Amino acid sequence: MAGIVKRQRIAGCVKSQRGAEESAVAKWLLIGGAIAFCLVFLLLPLANVFVQAGAKGSAGYWRAISHPDAWAAMKLTLWIAAISVPLNLLFGLAAAWAIAKFEFRGKALLITLIDLPFSVSPVVAGLMFVVLFGLQGYFGAWLRDHGLQVIFAVPGMVLATVFVTFPFVARELIPAMQATGSDQEHAALALGASGWQTFWHVTLPSARWGLLYGVILCNARAMGEFGAVRVVSGNIAGKTQTMPLRVESLNEEFHGQAAFAVASLLALLALVTLAFKTFLEWRQRREFVLAQQAAAGELSVVSPPSSAGGRPAATKGTRKHA
Amino acid sequence: MRIIWSLLLLGMAVGVDAGDIKLLNVSYDPTRELYQDYNAAFAKYWKAKTGDTVKIEQSHGGSGKQTRAVVEGLDADVVTLALAYDIDAIARQAGLLPVRWQERLPYNSAPYTSTIVFLVRHGNPKRIKDWEDLVKPGVAVVPANPKTSGGARWAYLAAWGSALKRSGGDETAAREFVRKLYNQAPILDTGARGATISFVQRGIGDVLIVWENEAHLVLREFGAEKFELVLPSISILAEPPVAVVDQNVRRHGTAAVAKAYLEYLYSAEGQAIAAKNFYRPRQGSAARLAAQFPPLERFTLAELFGDWQRVHRIHFVEGGVFDQLQQPSR
Repeated sequence: MAGIVKRQRIAGCVKSQRGAEESAVAKWLLIGGAIAFCLVFLLLPLANVFVQAGAKGSAGYWRAISHPDAWAAMKLTLWIAAISVPLNLLFGLAAAWAIAKFEFRGKALLITLIDLPFSVSPVVAGLMFVVLFGLQGYFGAWLRDHGLQVIFAVPGMVLATVFVTFPFVARELIPAMQATGSDQEHAALALGASGWQTFWHVTLPSARWGLLYGVILCNARAMGEFGAVRVVSGNIAGKTQTMPLRVESLNEEFHGQAAFAVASLLALLALVTLAFKTFLEWRQRREFVLAQQAAAGELSVVSPPSSAGGRPAATKGTRKHA
Repeated sequence: MRIIWSLLLLGMAVGVDAGDIKLLNVSYDPTRELYQDYNAAFAKYWKAKTGDTVKIEQSHGGSGKQTRAVVEGLDADVVTLALAYDIDAIARQAGLLPVRWQERLPYNSAPYTSTIVFLVRHGNPKRIKDWEDLVKPGVAVVPANPKTSGGARWAYLAAWGSALKRSGGDETAAREFVRKLYNQAPILDTGARGATISFVQRGIGDVLIVWENEAHLVLREFGAEKFELVLPSISILAEPPVAVVDQNVRRHGTAAVAKAYLEYLYSAEGQAIAAKNFYRPRQGSAARLAAQFPPLERFTLAELFGDWQRVHRIHFVEGGVFDQLQQPSR
């Protein structure tokens, strides 16, 4: 089975090289350029965060990340992500389903609206909420009279985060759902499944990788968001400071190492997220390969002479890994 | 739907934990260290006096930005800002406290004072001794933007006032001096702390025009062997004021403790903490004052400029003097 995978890969490589026959110099210049770019602009700053965080010894590092305000910032960051990601998941799923599988009036408008948070600067997004819910804004006085605090409190920070991370799930899901088309759904409906059953057993499983990928991206942005959240947070240490805000505040207090210590935690969260994403992609690819083999196996039943020996092995392999 | 609401409610509950009384002090940039010390001292004092535990929360940022936030509903019990103009704005625009708030506490509601000084690199390579030296060719000065930073407003007025004093009240000379000065600024940060970081950590410029307390703090944090504080011959009496935000404390039921919090700043202990953090106390032992704060001639805002409303209208309003000075060269 492994042999088949390898052979397919090699075949793919040979094919792609034929289309781009460049001199060795050009090839290595391009590759070298890309690697150097990644090193200087991605790896170096990231490594620097960890180097700076540990620059003055581990005692300072632990003091920085065990400070009550740092703990509060971590808790708040995770909470805000835990609230806004599910909200965007629900919304993104509904929107992507509607857009990918149905035709309706106003579809183009909906797609534009979903993209809106990408084109609005986060700081402007934050200001929008201040204008809406601030004391001088439209709902501010009413909210205050009813004892509700939105801006400069956690609800406002959640709102800002939801707004900024709004497009991620939908944007990942729409292409995934469009790619599968709606033939399977039609088939399910024709076979007597209800709309809900069709969604649950046909649409969702085929789009689950896009969904997971969108959720991961959404989560990464939710935890790292700075501009929009800063405008609505009021920056109260230990209360409305998320980790990015805590980093800024520590830096302004001349606590460089502490700032980098908290930043390193944030970077670690991002790395874990990325690792998880890579793992999912790896699994997705493997599943795809296995499915192809399974399909090849099924086909071979129809035409026994060509792969009489290969079929049972492939099927066995599929079972083992499934 | 119920799940969403309970999640939201949980989210709101995150920030709220046990504790008897909470007080939110919304302050400006350089007071972080001062109020860290003072909050601990006041909590102890209040516990001994009333038996109540009080937890003081802090929010710091540029004075103007913090003002905006309180006007828009940041729930401050007390504000301790860089200049009276900002607290005036809270009174006028949001009506959260009476317009005559400044009469409620001694010394114009400013329990400590400061001034504007120069911070130069070790050895003072550009030989900066006084205000005139700042506009010598080849000197890069680092002020903050007076349109956004409270400390930078004091610095702007200190520069203007010093030129007035030198020229015997010649407004044209003052205007020319200030124009030259800001044209020698390679950058204009939006906040006092930002300007300090540019000068100290990013190595920009030859001289930082800065709060006296901030200059001392830099010497303490980064070592006196790297920077030197230069006291000009004359500067401004900067009075960072404090006030209770009446509407908010009424809603929170914290009026008494908020008032006591500010009044205790005038006590012997409060004044000592201010002095320890390089703010000039209003009262205290003369010996301590002389050692840490050399005598310096300081003119007041009222003496040269009138009041903040007038200063704002002339200098900092859109298209005002500061904007006009920026135009020809930029």
